[in-house]
Amino acid sequence: MLRYLASRLCIAVLMVLLATLVIFLIANMVPGDPVLTQLGDIAANNPDMVAAFRHRWGLDLPLWDRYWIFLTGLFHGDLGISIGSQRPVLEDIAQYAPATVELSTIAFLLALIVGLPLGVVAAMKRDTWIDHLARSISLVGVSAPTFWLAFVMLAVFYGALEWAPGPGQISASTFPPPTITGIMLIDAPLAGDWDTFWDAAAHLVLPSIVLAASTLGLITRTTRAAMLEALSQDYIRVARAKGLVRRSIMLGHALPNALLPVVTLGGLAYAQLLTGTVLTESIFSWPGLGRYTFQSAVRLDFPAIMGITLVVAAIYVLVNLLVDLSYAALDPRVSRR
Amino acid sequence: MSGVETALLAATVESGTGARRRRWLRRYGLAALGGVVIAIWAIAAILAPWIAPYPPDVVNVAGRLLPPSDLHWLGTDVLGRDVFTRVLYGARTSLAVGFIVVLLGALFGTLLGAIAAYIRGWAEEALMRATDLVFCFPPIILAMAIAAALGIGTRNTVIAMLVVWWPKFARLARSLVIGQRSAEYVAAAQAIGFGPSHILFRQIIPNAVGPLVVLVTLDLGNAILVFAGLSFLGLGVVPPTAEWGSMVSEGRELVNQWWVATFPGLAILSVVIGFNFVGDGIRDWLDPHARRR
Amino acid sequence: MHDAAEPILRVENLHTWFFTDGGVVRAVDGVSFTLHPGETLGIVGESGSGKSVTAKSIIRLLDEPARIVEGTISFRGRDMVHLSDEALREIRGAEIAMVFQDPMTSLNPVLRIGRQLVETMTAHRRFGAKAARERGVTLLRRMGMATPERAMNGWPHRFSGGMRQRVMLAMGFANEPTLLIADEPTTALDVTIQAQILDLLRELNADLGTAVILISHDLGVIADVCSRVLVMYAGEVVEEGAPEDLLSDPRHPYTWALLHAAPRLDQANDGDRRLTTIEGQPPDARDWPAGCRFRARCPFAVAKCVEHPDLLPIGEDRAARCWVTQDGATLRPPTHARAVGEARTATGVQPLLEVRALAKHFELPRDSFLEPHRILRAVDGVDFDVFPGETVGLVGESGCGKSTLARVVMRLTEPTEGRIVFDGQDITHMSQAAIRPLRRRMQMIFQDPYGSLNPRMMVGEILSGPLRLHGLVPAGGARERVRELLDLVGLPPAAAARFPHEFSGGQRQRISIARALAVEPGFIIGDEPISALDVNIQAQIINLMIGLQERLGLTYLFIAHDLAVVRHISDRIVVLYLGRVVETAPSQELFARPLHPYTNSLISAVPVPDPHLARRRRRIALQGEVPNAVDPPSGCRFRTRCPAAATRCAEETPSLTQAAPGHFVACHFPGSVTVV
Repeated sequence: MLRYLASRLCIAVLMVLLATLVIFLIANMVPGDPVLTQLGDIAANNPDMVAAFRHRWGLDLPLWDRYWIFLTGLFHGDLGISIGSQRPVLEDIAQYAPATVELSTIAFLLALIVGLPLGVVAAMKRDTWIDHLARSISLVGVSAPTFWLAFVMLAVFYGALEWAPGPGQISASTFPPPTITGIMLIDAPLAGDWDTFWDAAAHLVLPSIVLAASTLGLITRTTRAAMLEALSQDYIRVARAKGLVRRSIMLGHALPNALLPVVTLGGLAYAQLLTGTVLTESIFSWPGLGRYTFQSAVRLDFPAIMGITLVVAAIYVLVNLLVDLSYAALDPRVSRR
Repeated sequence: MSGVETALLAATVESGTGARRRRWLRRYGLAALGGVVIAIWAIAAILAPWIAPYPPDVVNVAGRLLPPSDLHWLGTDVLGRDVFTRVLYGARTSLAVGFIVVLLGALFGTLLGAIAAYIRGWAEEALMRATDLVFCFPPIILAMAIAAALGIGTRNTVIAMLVVWWPKFARLARSLVIGQRSAEYVAAAQAIGFGPSHILFRQIIPNAVGPLVVLVTLDLGNAILVFAGLSFLGLGVVPPTAEWGSMVSEGRELVNQWWVATFPGLAILSVVIGFNFVGDGIRDWLDPHARRR
Repeated sequence: MHDAAEPILRVENLHTWFFTDGGVVRAVDGVSFTLHPGETLGIVGESGSGKSVTAKSIIRLLDEPARIVEGTISFRGRDMVHLSDEALREIRGAEIAMVFQDPMTSLNPVLRIGRQLVETMTAHRRFGAKAARERGVTLLRRMGMATPERAMNGWPHRFSGGMRQRVMLAMGFANEPTLLIADEPTTALDVTIQAQILDLLRELNADLGTAVILISHDLGVIADVCSRVLVMYAGEVVEEGAPEDLLSDPRHPYTWALLHAAPRLDQANDGDRRLTTIEGQPPDARDWPAGCRFRARCPFAVAKCVEHPDLLPIGEDRAARCWVTQDGATLRPPTHARAVGEARTATGVQPLLEVRALAKHFELPRDSFLEPHRILRAVDGVDFDVFPGETVGLVGESGCGKSTLARVVMRLTEPTEGRIVFDGQDITHMSQAAIRPLRRRMQMIFQDPYGSLNPRMMVGEILSGPLRLHGLVPAGGARERVRELLDLVGLPPAAAARFPHEFSGGQRQRISIARALAVEPGFIIGDEPISALDVNIQAQIINLMIGLQERLGLTYLFIAHDLAVVRHISDRIVVLYLGRVVETAPSQELFARPLHPYTNSLISAVPVPDPHLARRRRRIALQGEVPNAVDPPSGCRFRTRCPAAATRCAEETPSLTQAAPGHFVACHFPGSVTVV
């Protein structure tokens, strides 16, 4: 088991580094030039300023030297300075990450808590109204464009009905709590500030529903399909022949098997939520990594892009590892010697 | 009447044409509906220049932000352009991008996955690691980086999407080929003396096409969604080209002029649902398990 | 034979039909029988005869679109057809238990054995959790598990098929049911494991007095266990009686055909290798023929058979659904034309195929790159020869490496070590391009009639592909040759324009044979070509293969796990165990004087359809199961299960030595364990 873990971790670190290399090459071998996006037209016509800019950001060095600098910096816990914000990339990421973690975790929990039971019930009551409802929800969830859903939600619940607060993490009139974890829902109660907590919670409702929609659809669909698959297996017929009650056939025999594909999907979906908040954050003015990613990409802010790639790849590799480990825990057939 | 006679009578009724039609509808009705929706959009896309009531990008500041009416069925946008016209034109971009990305991605991914799975060994291992690597980047981030680096435009966005699109097909093709590889008809072909390329392309791949077609169909909707998302962020089409994602973006602040953003969004929704219905239908049709019922 | 006691189960005029889109499948179409306490009833028939559906109907374990449309099932006074779901649930597993065919899929893979066993008992509230657990351990021990406590905590995937079937039996007997229904419980198991499970079933029936309904396609299995037999054909019971009567003097032509179609271990063939078969296929269950449903295939049919016969008594405690035997007539045994039994094994000529020290090792996937590869020694040093014109049988249980051996010899996989010489040419490491011309001379027939034909190709394409590849026909001449090939295997020319799924298993196997013959090979390897077929179809294919051998002068290497079949068609036999040859001898010699303990136990484990003989026969019970080929035992590989094993067997690997002319055995103590 330890050996397995060690070899998996080695591969994981290699994968992360390889990912940064790929992004590095893509970012540097394509014709885009940060000089233009950063300096503006006038300065870009001044050769001295361009040379100074290039030197300042190490853009005049050969490709491999630049990657080497990135790597050595990385081992010292330094991701370089963002061209856009002029601050260390690590600081930027530390500042924006908590808002994203908060939003995507709430969205993921929402998708899981609603989607899993919905999928199970849909499979148990196949071809009844509840099954049709579950399938319709999941269909709309996976088919509706996130940005459009966000618009509709804002237009209806904020614009027309005024049930929900508008974009942003908290209201303009509310002071943010002192930063401890950076996550409002944790920092506010720690500071004893329950008004802020409720304000932050209210602001989370619409974005988390919007973000959860497609994951919810996927989880419902996968759970339903996995349950139906499990229910068609021989051991279910055996369980019926044993005289078990329906409930224990469904929940005791079918569900543990149906959970296996859902775990894989769930892990991947959480990783996607953590890294795929770009659209939702930009509409809800959410101060998270998604918006930072978008801005960095548009500005060709290489150090920031490299830093984000590193984080994203690390999240994926880590989540994959966790999925494999929980798989080993859930399925005795893959548990190691 | 005995039980047997009752059952036979019931079976005769059940096998009547009306009952057969009902059964067909229950099973493939949604797929047919999806097919009709997609056919309508495809026709709209092809015939847009002839059936659209207005030119798609002539600015008319006087007639801006008009609500839906007899003249402008879906209203007009900020620049006074007819929303209905632009939704029709938008179908051209969305469907074309969807088909190009998915078909090219599927072709490339399938070939790579199938060949790697058939060769096995290092080729298979290298391919799997490469797909892992691409899976490490969420499509939207990589596409954003590439679009930003290559410059904004439909062609570059398509290239960016292709980079992240092939791995899922490579993986599916690989697992399908692995599943078929151990089938005895493959050993039989080998025993006859057929070479590897004949066995892979003429014998194995025809048997793996079904699930690939399902994935292609379901994925068309997905590609349209991602492209619309990129356009929404300003990384897709260049204005003033009509495209559904960028149209929603143009109307995102206009909560009171809801028609500007709502209709292009509904267009996306209907196309994606259409592809989902068709894909599910094909899957059911291919699955003997579901077919029996 | 039936005592005064009331029957526990009375099935009357049962009709269970499947309402499919393609029409009404009348799987069970008027079945009646009774079962008394403690009785063992066998139901025998080929696939599609309705035997399994009959069993499932009893506890209504039927899924859509199956429905019981008529008839009554009365179990200890209760009407099973109309019982509420809850009342039915209380009977299932408690009063009527069921054991299914495939032990590999019958246990839930993610739940521990103990939990699955315990819940069987707690579900019916006859035991508390703790008592149920203790009883579980006792039951597993009773079923022959060596370490029942450990087994309780084990996961299903750790257990072999035989062990899992023991667990299933433990579940079946857990609540001391009145009736146990076993649906082909040993079909998926090897013959030595089958013998263990059948012994267990017989003992449990005797000890606990549980009535048993045993469903099987194998008359030998039924004769081994049952005191009464129902023979089913086309959804009906066609004959009923005690196995002693039914198997020695069948009164329905279908029983007669079943009995004579299968080669038997207790009867030597007298030179004529052809089996008695009935023509054609069973009828379509959506449209049973009027009159006697067996009429079209019946060699005894008379004019009256256009009327549908009833199941009527024909003597004491037996009944048959046949006009011919209605008035007491018997069915004459088939007459064998005594052909001259010339030995086909040529001596003094060069062998067509020489296999020397052949090994095939597989590297197993590793958990991590830090670990060494584990090696599966599927074939590990095998020697044998095949001479022109003969049939060599290769037998062994699953995991002995026989199929791997076939594929290595065909060069479908690369050999690890050793030498393969085909007609004087060393083909061991020949490139695929160099071997292509040789593929015209050696061909293979595969086991799975469903998997061995490409489902996307029409039969015509399947047969013409090899012709074109090897340039055997002029342009445009393929059609004529395809027609010839189809005719050779007994299929109509129209078959060329159809897809494989339109054919039955037996017909597909004919297509498979035609494909192998397309390139006019002299040598054919048959890798279990008849294992997946029903007895009658098996006989048809065997006869076809024998006929082709005689007409075309073919040489066969015939691989099978069924000893009786191998004995029937082979001139010489090679017995494999765990990747090695343990014994090889001419067919008659091997069965007259088996020397290796493994050969002896294999022979003794095969059930014979003769209750008298079955009770007299000595059975050599083998302990345990075949060890893992990743880590085989030292010395003699059979020693872990051998009744005659001594210390020497662990230290020294016995080599294949000649014990009689042409008879080789790899054993330190040949002949020490014997059944003959």
